[in-house]
Amino acid sequence: MDWIEITTVAVDSIRANKLRSFLTTLGVVIGVCSVILLVSIGEGMRAYLTDIFAGMGSNLLFVVPGKRDTKGGGRALNTVRRLTLDDARAIRQRSQSVVGLASRVVGGGTVEHESLSRDTLVMGTDEEFLEVHNMRLASGRFFRREDVEGKHRMVVIGQTVADELFGSHSPLGQSVKVSSARFRVVGLMESKGQSLGFDYDDMVFIPVSCALDLFHQEGLSAISAKAANQTNLEPAIEDIKRILTRRHNGREDFTVVSQADMLDTVNKLTHTMTLVLLGIASISLLVGGIGIMNIMLVSVRERTREIGVRKAVGARRRDILFQFLMESVAISMLGGAIGLGLGTLVAHAISSIEPDIPTRVTLWAVSLAFGFSFAVGVFFGVAPARKAAALDPIAALRYE
Amino acid sequence: MIEIEDVTKVYHMGSSEVHALRGVSLDVNKSDYLAIVGPSGSGKSTLMNIIGCLDTPTSGTYRLDGQTVSSLGDDALASIRNRKIGFVFQTFNLLPRQTALENVALPLLYAGIGRRERRRLANEALERVELGDRAQHKPTELSGGQRQRVAIARALVNQPSILLADEPTGNLDQKVGGEIINLFERLNRSEGVTLVLVTHDHQIASAAHRQVEIIDGRIVSDRSR
Repeated sequence: MDWIEITTVAVDSIRANKLRSFLTTLGVVIGVCSVILLVSIGEGMRAYLTDIFAGMGSNLLFVVPGKRDTKGGGRALNTVRRLTLDDARAIRQRSQSVVGLASRVVGGGTVEHESLSRDTLVMGTDEEFLEVHNMRLASGRFFRREDVEGKHRMVVIGQTVADELFGSHSPLGQSVKVSSARFRVVGLMESKGQSLGFDYDDMVFIPVSCALDLFHQEGLSAISAKAANQTNLEPAIEDIKRILTRRHNGREDFTVVSQADMLDTVNKLTHTMTLVLLGIASISLLVGGIGIMNIMLVSVRERTREIGVRKAVGARRRDILFQFLMESVAISMLGGAIGLGLGTLVAHAISSIEPDIPTRVTLWAVSLAFGFSFAVGVFFGVAPARKAAALDPIAALRYE
Repeated sequence: MIEIEDVTKVYHMGSSEVHALRGVSLDVNKSDYLAIVGPSGSGKSTLMNIIGCLDTPTSGTYRLDGQTVSSLGDDALASIRNRKIGFVFQTFNLLPRQTALENVALPLLYAGIGRRERRRLANEALERVELGDRAQHKPTELSGGQRQRVAIARALVNQPSILLADEPTGNLDQKVGGEIINLFERLNRSEGVTLVLVTHDHQIASAAHRQVEIIDGRIVSDRSR
């Protein structure tokens, strides 16, 4: 069988009915486009989050107040014991597996310098924050343990805050007001950009002791703990649970979250989203397939005479079968190609308009798209092609 | 070459039976020029379909080049049509989107002949009907007579045993029709092509060397000139 000839005939036939062929492909175009979009957004999300977690420093654990239990069951809010600086200190002293620890209190605040001011996020933390969270200073210094313990009013500011308040001047040594309290700028953070909805550049850092006073708080928002390595993660979780439960009168009223847990949650989420969108995609591929079948039946009818001629000069059943099958596959693959192009375009457009939604068109998505459109072409092309192949040559030749 | 023995063909139209052929026997030799004539509904189209291996008889035997073809399946018949029979139709039946050359090459495609060889043979066949210069034209760019000559080239391209023509001049005016008949005459005399012509037109039939008249499913006369 001459596949080049069969392909040529199929392409000719599609070109002879350009508008009709284009409209027929639309269902597949939309189906494949949504497959590409959903897969590339899902893949992009996953890659993005993995990157962020890696950037935050792996082997990181978060302790947050309150028990989040997947088993459900309500709890009264006021029974939650706060996480305190003493809790943090206890973990630091007693756990062998935890090598770094940062207490955190987060609140909103206005930072002022002379006539300029900026509303920003104020993070109260301690001396190990940089090391635990894999962050670096651009200049100056971070606060030390004695600064935290002595409630020294010093602040380390992010790049955006520095640009807004100081422009091109150096902020080091300058005096600023954080929520009306006077602080001295001792350091400037290296630019880190946004991740997980946090803009680390639009933030200021003060000693956690000062932050608790400033926000009139007694409890921490969270404690970040760093394990020495991957194998120490589980022992670290066990340590933290044991130490805090004892301190909290035997109740586990806090939650230890590892990055693996967070990644798991995100993966489950994207997995669900993928399934939903795959459902939508399959429906449009089904509709597209029916459209192709419909138009192929019309095409067989229109070309009854041609089929008669081909049979008269010696075409066997399978010659006719493959010719029409090739045509439906070609229409479907054309739709697949258009859908792939469109999907890629939209994916890039989404990424450039909204950088928070990263997309990534993978080889897997491309082969999935072409696989789908090929399967649709074959599946919905078989019935019309068989009908064409089974035509009686005499009746076909007489067909008007 | 063609040996038809006591062939009948019965069609079932609902509950009634139509006897299209009621026992036809006919021998055609190599390089014969035969016309089958008869009024419409006489069974001549049915006979032509059977000779052309488009249809099989209800009873009786048909041997073509010594091979019994009356009991073959669809694909085997397709293969015989491809190798041994060239069809010329009243309405030309060219594929409108393909060039003259591609139309002529069509039987070679199904014979499994390679691309380059197909082009060469199709060009040769077009030369034989004096249309070598129209190879790249589409059927719509050709006159009626030229289209029928393309169809004849297509019928000849596989070197068939028989050229089977069904009312080949029916859609042409008298002058162009005459040219087609002259072409048949030439192909038969100088190249020894076996011709079976089906027509209701006695004037066209008179050009053939042998006339077989069929009425009501039976051969009523068989005259050689």
